[in-house]
Amino acid sequence: MKHIWTILKRELVSYFTQPTAYAIILIFLLISLTFNFTFGSFILAGDANLEWSFLFWHPWLYMLLAPAVGMRLWSDEQRNGTLELLGTFPIPPWSTILGKYLAAALVWLIALVLTFPIIITVNYLGEPDNGRIFSGYLGSYLTCCVFLAITMLVSACTRDQVVCLIVSVAICTLMVLCGYEAFIRELARFRFDFLVEALTALGVWDHFRSLTRGLFRYQDMVWFFSIIFTCLFGTSAILSAKRA
Amino acid sequence: MIEVENLTKHFGPKYAVNDLSFTVKPGEVLGFLGPNGAGKSTTMRMITGFITPSSGDAKVCGHSIIDQPFLAKDKIGYLPESAPLYNDMTVVGFLKFCADVRNLTGLAKKEAVERAIDTCFLSSVAHQSIDTLSKGYRHRTCLAQALLHDPEVLILDEPTDGLDPNQKHEVRQLIKRLGATKSILFSTHILEEVDASCTRAVIVDRGKIVADGTPEELKKQSSTGSLHDLFRQLTTLDTAHASA
Repeated sequence: MKHIWTILKRELVSYFTQPTAYAIILIFLLISLTFNFTFGSFILAGDANLEWSFLFWHPWLYMLLAPAVGMRLWSDEQRNGTLELLGTFPIPPWSTILGKYLAAALVWLIALVLTFPIIITVNYLGEPDNGRIFSGYLGSYLTCCVFLAITMLVSACTRDQVVCLIVSVAICTLMVLCGYEAFIRELARFRFDFLVEALTALGVWDHFRSLTRGLFRYQDMVWFFSIIFTCLFGTSAILSAKRA
Repeated sequence: MIEVENLTKHFGPKYAVNDLSFTVKPGEVLGFLGPNGAGKSTTMRMITGFITPSSGDAKVCGHSIIDQPFLAKDKIGYLPESAPLYNDMTVVGFLKFCADVRNLTGLAKKEAVERAIDTCFLSSVAHQSIDTLSKGYRHRTCLAQALLHDPEVLILDEPTDGLDPNQKHEVRQLIKRLGATKSILFSTHILEEVDASCTRAVIVDRGKIVADGTPEELKKQSSTGSLHDLFRQLTTLDTAHASA
């Protein structure tokens, strides 16, 4: 437990002594709020629960920005050779994996928390269902955590950050697109019922949307957490395979 | 105390380390000699627990690196060949992180960091970012990390590589001084270092020990009484490999 904190602290120092975290948080805030007031037509639609105007854009942003936060986690460690230091320190590999993952997740938590002015705004302008907003934010955050876990798995495979970024963005984009309504509707026209169901279950939207609607379903939680844990286990397996 | 028992590592059909056995007792400084690619680094990486041996075992102060890795790693200070460091940290920040990893807290942590900085002559760069350091300072920072927890066993992979003559001299003196109480294993291909700081030396070639003894004994084995000639007689040239 103590070692998780030691690693987490080091990773956070590394994120915030370099411009990475600031740049990504700033870009996320700028784009998500700009989309909210423009394409999201926040004012016109009077969407007090932030479901379509604001939260809808999050998976699209995460699929590009979450890998940018996670790409250095293991790639950098392999390129600099510091993996050798970590491997010879008396700490269990799991503490390192969790510490690193939680640090990246914390960066995104900070980014999400910094969108608080929009919550104050809707509460000032209208009467939103704050429980539903919270559930929407939870869905948004869990989606981000899934993308981070995927990025972490990819970064364990390569020592090149750019390769890690490109591969992770590709995987996350696929997950966003394959459950997207327009795409699914097109498939349904051709009566690929099995495929429609499979892709809906696999893609982000079905699970993300149910939370933004304020719906808490166990199947969604299973989806989020099974992907996260599978990726973490995969990271552990790849790293120990590299040492054998 | 380091006890290496029949340590073997093969990558596919190629043996990097082949059935290597030796011990290093407290108060002994063992020079680990051999041409490039002889298996020196691989052996050290196995003793420190970074890579898993194909067969055999290494015991550090009685703890097997395979069965009790954390107890064994606790006793080891390790300087990897490339002196890897976290470039985004300061020297003090990095050493504090290493102290946390080694479970040092409070006053013990403060004293350990100060002592390591003094021993390795780092006080002038203590608050400098690691990516601005010259090679000599980087090397010594990594050495400071290895000495931090006052380990019983020191494993140093080419500790004088890339240092200027003054720094080389300092490090050799340091090794000699620390060797009075600790078990030290260090690799080098500078044969003068054997005379300067080792109590015993082994020469490895293609994963096997080809000579073992005190510097004087080794010199006697050579027809001309020089370590250089013995080394050349016993080890194979890279070019001989290529033409074979």
